[in-house]
Amino acid sequence: MVDALSAETRAKIDAEIAKYPKRRGALLPALHLAQAEEGWLPPAKVRALAEIFEIHPIEIQEVISFYNMFYDRPQGRHHVHVCTNLPCSLRGARGLLRALERHLGVRAGETTPDGRVTLGHEECLGACAYAPMLRVDDRYCEALDADAAKEIVDRLE
Amino acid sequence: MQSAPWVTNYLTEHFADDAFRTLDGYRARGGYEAARGALGRAPAELVELVKNAGLQGRGGAGFGTGLKWSFMPADAGKPKYLVCNADESEPGSFKDRLLMERGPHQLLEGLLIGAFAIGAEKTFVYIRGEYAEAARVLQGAIDEAYAAGILGASALGSGFRHDVVLQRGAGAYICGEETGLLESLEGKKGQPRKKPPFPAQYGAFGMPTTVNNVETFCHVPHILRRGAEWFRSIGTEKSPGTTLFGVSGHVVRPGLYELPLGTPLSEIVFDHAGGVRSGKRVKGVIPGGMSMPILPADQLDVRMANEFLRERKTMLGTGGIMVMDEDTCMVRAGCIITYFFRDESCGQCTQCREGTGWLHKIFQRIERGEGREDDLAVLEDVAAKMEGQTICAFADAAAWPVQGLLRHFRSDFELHLRERKCPFAHSFEL
Repeated sequence: MVDALSAETRAKIDAEIAKYPKRRGALLPALHLAQAEEGWLPPAKVRALAEIFEIHPIEIQEVISFYNMFYDRPQGRHHVHVCTNLPCSLRGARGLLRALERHLGVRAGETTPDGRVTLGHEECLGACAYAPMLRVDDRYCEALDADAAKEIVDRLE
Repeated sequence: MQSAPWVTNYLTEHFADDAFRTLDGYRARGGYEAARGALGRAPAELVELVKNAGLQGRGGAGFGTGLKWSFMPADAGKPKYLVCNADESEPGSFKDRLLMERGPHQLLEGLLIGAFAIGAEKTFVYIRGEYAEAARVLQGAIDEAYAAGILGASALGSGFRHDVVLQRGAGAYICGEETGLLESLEGKKGQPRKKPPFPAQYGAFGMPTTVNNVETFCHVPHILRRGAEWFRSIGTEKSPGTTLFGVSGHVVRPGLYELPLGTPLSEIVFDHAGGVRSGKRVKGVIPGGMSMPILPADQLDVRMANEFLRERKTMLGTGGIMVMDEDTCMVRAGCIITYFFRDESCGQCTQCREGTGWLHKIFQRIERGEGREDDLAVLEDVAAKMEGQTICAFADAAAWPVQGLLRHFRSDFELHLRERKCPFAHSFEL
């Protein structure tokens, strides 16, 4: 069962567990590590984590579904999220999102047919003075217009 | 990485300098000397010093930091923890990200002093999941501090053990609420706890815990270095020190400004941020992050400290200032605000779970021109029934901006109802 996670991931999870007074404290770090393997959390990984944390898989499932950044279904190779909260919307974020929807041919929340990009919109990302902006995987791309945003998206492999 | 602020003061003085992010660079500018001094003093003395300085929490509620520290049991007979709330998620706020990206050791020094003052053996820093760059910088600084003996078995050779654990959240606004944060830290859904017991009695993993915001900790080394009296000489009598104001929206120069508390809002918006772009006029300003009620253009004379903002029925919050120009449709702004709270409600309390949904639904139908005659009364009624009725302050934070919009921009709503459409053709796009 534990084979659903690589030995390397497993070792990193053990190192996280050692930092906490209770095993379960390391669940969020473990979910991040497990998700990094394939970009989402398939049932086999959830079951493996349940074994490690000595809890029922449903307890992990409810944590996954509570947080926006954990995915229980396959995602595109890249995440492109437009912040559409108020400070960004005041500076054109909604138009930017629509331009990317047209450019990629998908709606927010969908993945391009080639599996390259999952497009989304997100609540405030803490870049309010540099609006509008995108979160591209772990990277912030700030103060963009539609053309600059399309160029960034086109460069993703 | 985030740009350095437009106006700097003691917190951000060296933020344009990349060397300041490294341990050597931080030490070269006097870094960790305040902690070294603190570790040689009695913990109770440090709590008293921070109390005397009058430092107020910079995470939104503005509670006295020294007072909060004093709630920790002196001899608990069990482990105590310090928690740094780095889950900055209040729309309009981006100061803590800068503080971590540009001055990670300043934060770590504040944490070390705080942990020693309350007797915590371990500090958990809970950073929002989206702040990947800040987490990378901070983890790098933590690793440097361990290697240099600043953290670990004997912090700075003092014999005091101090460990810092950085945990990344995963996208949930409610984890900025301190007990929601503690639940999340324990590997659960971030649903806030009923209080009492307060974290000082029953906090992280059931142990006595103090939770403070990133910026709050960053002030601490400066107070140690220069004294309570110096700190009180900045800002107002009731709200000492500087803070990082984040200005966004329709201004010429959006960005961060480190200014004394009590600086007039008009000075920040016009003198510092350059006023509204394209020569337009201001219509309204949200003064402290999206949860705080909006102020109309004729109230920008207010000084930015809670004792003055409260008189205008709003608060400093996290100091996130959102400026909206004369073309802005306040119903549209309300659609975005209410969507956010509907989306982020954790769902525990009925008033909040249902109320945030209703607020959003009604805003949307008013914006579409399908509002009903009694909708404004219903909005007021729903908001009033959410306020003060729930486990945490989230429902209040959802109700306040709605009340603010209705208080100051009622005519925007009435126009929509009368014309059966949005009359603001030049407003930002929804």
